[in-house]
Amino acid sequence: MAEFLSLKEAVSRHINNGDTVCMEGFTHLIPFAAGHEIIRQEKRDLTLIRMTPDLIYDQMIGAGCAKKLIFSWGGNPGVGSLHRLRDAVEKGWPNKLDILEHSHAAMANAYEAGAAGLPLAIFRGYIGSDLPKVNDQIKFIECPFTGERLAAVPSIRPDVAVIHAQRADRNGNVLIEGIVGIQKEVVLAAKRSIVTVEEIVDDLGASVNACVLPSWAITAIAEAPKGASPSYALGYYDRDNAFYKEWDNIARDRETFQAWLKENVFEKGAA
Amino acid sequence: MSLEFTSSEMMSVTAARALTNDMTCFVGIGLPSEAANLARLTHAPDVTLIYESGTLQTKPDVLPLSIGDGELCESALTTVSVPEMFRYWLQGGHVSVGFLGTAQIDRYANLNTTLIGDYREPKVRLPGGGGAPEIATSAKEVFITVKHSKRTFVKDVDFVTTVGFGRDGKARDNVPHIGRGPTVVITDLCILKPDPDTKELVVTSLHPNVTRAEVIEATGWEIRFADQLQTTPEPSTKELAVLRDLKARTNTHHSGQK
Repeated sequence: MAEFLSLKEAVSRHINNGDTVCMEGFTHLIPFAAGHEIIRQEKRDLTLIRMTPDLIYDQMIGAGCAKKLIFSWGGNPGVGSLHRLRDAVEKGWPNKLDILEHSHAAMANAYEAGAAGLPLAIFRGYIGSDLPKVNDQIKFIECPFTGERLAAVPSIRPDVAVIHAQRADRNGNVLIEGIVGIQKEVVLAAKRSIVTVEEIVDDLGASVNACVLPSWAITAIAEAPKGASPSYALGYYDRDNAFYKEWDNIARDRETFQAWLKENVFEKGAA
Repeated sequence: MSLEFTSSEMMSVTAARALTNDMTCFVGIGLPSEAANLARLTHAPDVTLIYESGTLQTKPDVLPLSIGDGELCESALTTVSVPEMFRYWLQGGHVSVGFLGTAQIDRYANLNTTLIGDYREPKVRLPGGGGAPEIATSAKEVFITVKHSKRTFVKDVDFVTTVGFGRDGKARDNVPHIGRGPTVVITDLCILKPDPDTKELVVTSLHPNVTRAEVIEATGWEIRFADQLQTTPEPSTKELAVLRDLKARTNTHHSGQK
């Protein structure tokens, strides 16, 4: 059964230096509050996995939490570059960052394979792309039935999955609505999971086919209102597109970034 | 009487016209999204738009800033998970057109969104592949829209993130279950299509008031022009009005939030 913890306690207990951590949410429900708590607790040497690193990993990379990043699209959506990610890749600041990059299809398949308990994912992909030349985790296999050449990547089976969801009931069952991304897959693929939620309610109000994660499939739940901001939580608040645009200026310069981090993360306690 | 319009508007309107009502289009963010929604709001009201965030048959009122804005989900017929989107809907063969943008494109319509320079020592690090590598091979065909410049239109891309027709124009030959690849590239200067035999991009239509010299100047290889070179029809009053209104709504929406 999921254990209800404070966010501080959940991060402290379940995320260790050197862990492989997936903090997912495809544009929607990105677990920013948890990311900030990881920064405050100065976790180090993490292997961070996320399809779209987004601002959350830009912040964590700039804060020095990561040694490696596995991703498939590393931009600020509709705005431009992730400057902290670029600074780490291009200049090694604040530390050297190894990267391993995939396509979205590969990562989505790898998460699904992880949830299914398989060692690898097989799909029709990477045809004609140079990505297999720079990523030794991309292989090709022959279909034993048709002979078709198919792409294979290892499944993703992280130490910890961190996601944000709309709500949990008092037994720890969690409802995810809207763009559900790969949140169910990442929780089922991980050894441990932390789910932050907007609120804890008596009744989830879930429809019969809703995306619900049962309490017994989750390690810890922490209440974190507005925990996905500046991304959004459908039914609670909108994506703060203006902040995503502002981030371009904040993150472009190391000092501006560090001042932002001090004021908005280090000097603010866990919600 | 001739209407006044910018080269960007010319590009968006021309890109929109490439889409028809019966298409199911997997839409990239940015210029493709603008063109696809312009098509939906003008001549192709029933075109099916799909975004990689899982939103099927979406009808956003404002253009999304990201691929997963709430607007896309709330206006969609339904929203599926990301693995389902890529496995069942794209790989399963339900997408007729992939509509993509790019940072670099070469003469064989290969796309680079990964980096400029050497992979281990990049001069400029770009976002990466995202959905494009598999959209470009699983969709039945691919439309590309991108602004024309010498930096963008290079003889050979630094890195093939997403295949057009490969380094030699033959990457799709004899590959099972692969789409036709790029069938049209729409820029702010012209329309290009792959030569049926060599697959090298050829200018088939110049936009109004654009000269051959301008296209040559903005292209990083010796660009060829079709024998029957066309002039792209100008945007109509309605197309321009709908496009401007859509962009104004979008700007207000994205800057108004805080």
